[in-house]
Amino acid sequence: MMIDKDEVEYIANLSRISLNEREKDMFVHQLNDILSYIEKLNTLDTKNVKPMAYILKVSNVFREDKLETSIPIQDVLINAPSTKSGFFKVPKVIE
Amino acid sequence: MTYEVVIGLETHAELATVTKLFCGCSTQFGVDPNMQVCPVCLGMPGVLPVMNKKAFEYALKAAVALNCKIDEFTNFDRKSYYYPDLPKNYQVSQNYHNLGADGYLDISVNGVTNRIRIHNVHLEEEAGKLIHPEEVGADYSLVDFNRAGVPLLEIVSYPDMRRVDEVESYMQTLRKILLYTEVSDCKMQEGSLRFEASISLRKKGCDKLGNRVEIKNLNSMKSVLKAIEYETIRQRDVLDRGETVGRETRLWDEVNEKSARMRSKEESQDYRYFPEPDLLPVLIDEKWLRAIKDTIPELPLARRQRFIEGFALSGYDASLLIDEKILADFFEECVKILNRPKAFCNWITNDLLREVKDRKLDIYHLKIKPKQLAALVEIIEKGTISSTIAKEVFSEMIQTGKDPKTVVEEKKLVQISDEGLIEAIITKVISGNPDAVEDYKKGKKNALTFLVGQVMKETKGKANPKMVNELLEKKVRV
Repeated sequence: MMIDKDEVEYIANLSRISLNEREKDMFVHQLNDILSYIEKLNTLDTKNVKPMAYILKVSNVFREDKLETSIPIQDVLINAPSTKSGFFKVPKVIE
Repeated sequence: MTYEVVIGLETHAELATVTKLFCGCSTQFGVDPNMQVCPVCLGMPGVLPVMNKKAFEYALKAAVALNCKIDEFTNFDRKSYYYPDLPKNYQVSQNYHNLGADGYLDISVNGVTNRIRIHNVHLEEEAGKLIHPEEVGADYSLVDFNRAGVPLLEIVSYPDMRRVDEVESYMQTLRKILLYTEVSDCKMQEGSLRFEASISLRKKGCDKLGNRVEIKNLNSMKSVLKAIEYETIRQRDVLDRGETVGRETRLWDEVNEKSARMRSKEESQDYRYFPEPDLLPVLIDEKWLRAIKDTIPELPLARRQRFIEGFALSGYDASLLIDEKILADFFEECVKILNRPKAFCNWITNDLLREVKDRKLDIYHLKIKPKQLAALVEIIEKGTISSTIAKEVFSEMIQTGKDPKTVVEEKKLVQISDEGLIEAIITKVISGNPDAVEDYKKGKKNALTFLVGQVMKETKGKANPKMVNELLEKKVRV
């Protein structure tokens, strides 16, 4: 699979980052290098291998529905660039 | 051209747990902004989610109640999209191994039962809440993460509905099942139950589905139905002009009762789902599944049938009773105490519901108890009070929670069944209304009704109506 400039622009858009022309070219190269390296895996026969998402043989880890203390509002907002009356303030978003 | 409307619904229901899906923060509604958050639900780096067992079991319970197939293996996936209400920039949801699949919901429209298939039922986390200030020129939005991480159940139907009455019945039936299984409080006004509709039109007799339009921002069942009606007309007009309906997502505007395009298919979201590595899979064995099945109570349709067969109620009465689980429970408690199903049904579906509506009472916290209603029905049968007076007593009972006997004594409402006393009053009424007596003798039957009314008025409604009728008739005939 080859990554072209359109693909890079598409991914950049999904990630909400803006790239200049030089960066786009650079990422086309880098991403293709990474993918062709990963391509090596396709030389293996995986016909009878199930996809694996978890490497540990552990399952069913739960917590009880027990109330715990939340953190104080000043700590909640401490890293926020902008706040208003206890809310995080962000650039206007309209759906 | 005649078209067939094809409708499917996506339902979101917040689960009734005390804490969030992955942390111990409270799920309580209506608290000041960002008071119920912690590093986990704020999506801080380095935190790890741990699944709330009750939330998982509620989701499982709903999936079983909706007749879904439950796979032994289920896991969670990341659904990536960037929006300020989502602190991690991904939502933990399910995509590859949904908790439940291929279920169904039986609905009933005008007495005809219809099966609507359920595509899947899955568990995910809620997003935060965005507030858009109404002040003119405001260039910001506000974010409250109290809701972020609240366990959310998503139920996706197949596009099996063809008419709005089916959609209405589907929503009502689904809501009842979620309430009966006690997995959600289903308060639409608080957003704990929400619907999204997808609608397409096709020529009658055509097998292929038309382009589907999704409608969001539907805040009540009424707006779901209105939006579907609006969208049906809009798509019909497009097709009649010979154009094609574009696949898109539209937002419903409740005030102006119309929808507007939000995004087209080309702009549709690419969620890049992949398994959530921070959560372990869940294996569901037979034993656990059986234990969950055992917690599912009798569901609304089955209960309705039992009420019809077991208590000889009409289908209409039974429907009214099962409509709210709490009322059906109240009814059954009453019948257990005194076997008078029809009488209790009448009191609950007429007087109780009217009082609840008029006085804006909360049916979940009624002051009147089943044994008190049973006691009321008993003293009516004994003749202690008339059924007219009983209504007054009932009204007092529902407001104060007092026993019927207490109300009767306090208000001196005991029925007068003393023949001598009634006769004395009748004599008085007759001498006071000679014209009415003459009219009756001339054959005017309703003159008697008037005289009975006068006697009842004299006794403030307390005279035994049957005795008044009999004695009065005897007297005026003379």
